[in-house]
Amino acid sequence: MKDKDEKKIEKRELKINRRTLLKGALAGAATTMLPLNRADASFKDFWESFFQKHFREMTVAEKQQVVQRLEQEYERKYKKAIQIGIEPAMPGVLFGYGLDLSRCIGCRTCVYACVHENNQSRDPQIQWIQVLRFKHGDLMNWEKAEKYYDPKQVPEPGYFYMPVQCQQCENPACTRACPTQATWKEPDGIVVVDYNWCIGCRYCMAACPYGARHFNWGEPGIKPADINPVTHYLGNRPRYRGVVEKCTFCIQRTRKGRYTACVEACPVGARKFGNLLDPKSEVRYAMEHKRTFRLKDDLGTHPKFFYFFDFEAGERFSG
Amino acid sequence: MIQTIKNFIIAWGSIFKGSAKYYLWLAFLAGLMAVGVHAYIGQAEHGLIMTAMRDQVSWGFYISNFTFLVGVAAAAVLLVVPSYVHHDKPIKEIVIFAEMMAITALLMCIMFIMTDLGQPLRVWHILPPPIGLMHWPSSLLAWDVLALNSYLFLNIIVVFYVLYKLSRGEHYKMKSFVGFLIYLSIPVAVSIHTVTAFLYNAGFSRPFWGDAILAPKFIAGALSSGPALMLLVFQVLRKVTDVKIEDKTLFRIATFITYALAIDLFFIGSEVFVSFYPGTAESASIHYLFFGLHGQTNLVPYIWTSVIATVVAFVLILNKGTREKFVTLNTACVLMIVGIYLEKGMGLVIPGFTPDVLGEIYQYTPTATELMVSLGVWAFGAMVYTLLVKFALPVYTGKLRFASSGKEDIHEVKVVRPHVEEVPEEQA
Amino acid sequence: MGKKLIAAVLFLLLPLSFAYAAGQDYPLPNPKDIMARPAFPKADQGLWPCSQCHSGMPVNYKIRKLTMMHQDVVLKHMPGGWCFDCHNPTNRDTLKLFTGQTVSFDQSYLVCAQCHGFIFKEWKAGLHGKRIGMWNGKKTYYQCINCHWPHDPKFKSIKPFPAPIRPADIK
Repeated sequence: MKDKDEKKIEKRELKINRRTLLKGALAGAATTMLPLNRADASFKDFWESFFQKHFREMTVAEKQQVVQRLEQEYERKYKKAIQIGIEPAMPGVLFGYGLDLSRCIGCRTCVYACVHENNQSRDPQIQWIQVLRFKHGDLMNWEKAEKYYDPKQVPEPGYFYMPVQCQQCENPACTRACPTQATWKEPDGIVVVDYNWCIGCRYCMAACPYGARHFNWGEPGIKPADINPVTHYLGNRPRYRGVVEKCTFCIQRTRKGRYTACVEACPVGARKFGNLLDPKSEVRYAMEHKRTFRLKDDLGTHPKFFYFFDFEAGERFSG
Repeated sequence: MIQTIKNFIIAWGSIFKGSAKYYLWLAFLAGLMAVGVHAYIGQAEHGLIMTAMRDQVSWGFYISNFTFLVGVAAAAVLLVVPSYVHHDKPIKEIVIFAEMMAITALLMCIMFIMTDLGQPLRVWHILPPPIGLMHWPSSLLAWDVLALNSYLFLNIIVVFYVLYKLSRGEHYKMKSFVGFLIYLSIPVAVSIHTVTAFLYNAGFSRPFWGDAILAPKFIAGALSSGPALMLLVFQVLRKVTDVKIEDKTLFRIATFITYALAIDLFFIGSEVFVSFYPGTAESASIHYLFFGLHGQTNLVPYIWTSVIATVVAFVLILNKGTREKFVTLNTACVLMIVGIYLEKGMGLVIPGFTPDVLGEIYQYTPTATELMVSLGVWAFGAMVYTLLVKFALPVYTGKLRFASSGKEDIHEVKVVRPHVEEVPEEQA
Repeated sequence: MGKKLIAAVLFLLLPLSFAYAAGQDYPLPNPKDIMARPAFPKADQGLWPCSQCHSGMPVNYKIRKLTMMHQDVVLKHMPGGWCFDCHNPTNRDTLKLFTGQTVSFDQSYLVCAQCHGFIFKEWKAGLHGKRIGMWNGKKTYYQCINCHWPHDPKFKSIKPFPAPIRPADIK
């Protein structure tokens, strides 16, 4: 046992040494690669951000150090104090979501609440929630789904609506595809991205069956005034150009016990959120009393996002 | 060791000596590369928004080119097998040029991947654990990185070792370590294209990529379009250099291509049938590709050009009369390259994303930036290949020989094709 | 005739019995966790408390169109119903249940629950309607009338937020 531990420590040291070696080797190259528009950032910051470790490999102290540096970086960029949380997953929690298709009216309030809460780029536009409109009788006939409907009033007669966002799969196709482990599933079931580790290959986007992953094709454009300053490292902190982002069940809120922004914004109360391991939670109620289904469940991704229709399943007529 | 390095530098010097035409060609390529670099600087400054790729179609022209070039790289195996396994002498004499093409194609693959990355400076994250966090064996992209780099290094070692031996008037042995590497390069060549096909297969949310025949089809396509490219290059080589390549050898390669293309067409046909006949929702992509969907038809011209080009090429190359006539043979080769380039590139990548997973159709057409960057990469490839050939030629033709002893002694030999003559243990 | 009568009575009793059964499953949320009811319309114009006008008025049970006052209240809920199905005729500042029990305006959901038993159950269970706050702790329950105007409870259609920008237009 002791041997094993020692070996582990040795390995750690080796790792550090190798990394240092790489740093040395790339020192010259990196100086020449220093982009001009980052001239205001000190070289040390650039150096540290270039060699920043993967989030899961950092100790808490290292995470705090990185967060501090990033906060300064953001402050320089947006002229606004932005705090980055690193709250870990709560034990005994597995987040789940319920969406009542009978209630959704397709008003896109959730879309914009999400954009504001999660600091999505306004220009070029990125939206984590996509609301699809189906004709009655065409549920999940994707070819007939309409994302760009724009009537004067919703709901429109003859149609119903289905918001699609990250389904937080238990068996995610995207994390499997990522070649650098920059995206992974947290213990509370949220699939997250380390925006400082993602290389922007977009293989996860090719793998995702729900179109839930979005790429920063250009420099994310948000006015400093629009920035939500309460952020999480794995969630809504401002992103970089050339990395992938996605819905994180508002990790900055839910890890502190709060509801997600979309749940609180929905004007018809169609959105339910809670702990799947808690039998008294709202999501569990929906699962046990409603006719729930999961999107493209046949792909074996096991989403933790449950759609349902609002009537009792069986109970009402059981006597 | 120092002697070897010195000799290497001397041989390296030969790439700077050339005719005016040679320099003109290099300048032309450098010009094209400058166009590419210019476009890439624009892309680096503004991001990939300069391309036509968007969330709906998240891979485009770069990855299409990458996929085709993996095939070109793998195609060297069509000459490696007859020359090293069957000791087919005329092919063995030119196999080194095929291996150089593999090196070139792989370098181009790497460049296409780099241009496609959103954060190219972070590419080291993909290295195995002590440095990066390679997601192996889960991610097929990690497999691809491994396979492509192994194949690249194998080919570099083999080519330079053969040249090194040649430069000393020696022969390499197949029973040596390098012999082992040569044999190893055969399965690795197959693996690079298989892994690339699996890369698409693994995207199970996109049914268009989900057929088991993709890898075999990739290889069949590679073994026809790759050698077709080589046939054209070999004809240029024997025209502008001292390299002697007999017509007979070229026609032999043309025969190989015929088989490969026949198999490729058969695979394409099987795939099209299976995708079309059931008419399920999963046929949407292939409908979009061949006939357009909901009035969106921008891929239709590509695929029909490809179909017509490939079929005409097949007819031309199948017929012995047209196969053994250079005008028609070259036409067939060009048509084949165009056909397979369109089918395996744009015709594979884009329909996978159209309609996207939520049924949206975004019509992807590469932007000027993408075209110019790609042009630059192709020019870079041509440049690399030219320089590699130029570097190898004096050694290959026997004009440059170094003494096997440690002496600094360069003597020119007038033998034109000295290597692979009298290699007793290989014949055995 | 007898059978039909029994059937009719049963049919009428059914929702009530369901409401009763439903009431047993889930406890009522703490009143502190229930969102304050919206202010009475025109309360700022002196229309509250109701008793200031109604206390001296005779109670008129006749179903009719209101012309003097409250013209904006057109009952589109429970056709054939009338004000005093829910409003307390004897104390206008309160509501009443079918049983005659008096209920304050702050507990109007108890009035709704009389017919909408399942919805009431699901509201308590956290499914129907909306809650904000903590998923694992203190939350605020929207009550029925925060979303549904009780005299015409159906949702009205609203203007949607703008459609996303098409990929071809993202430049």
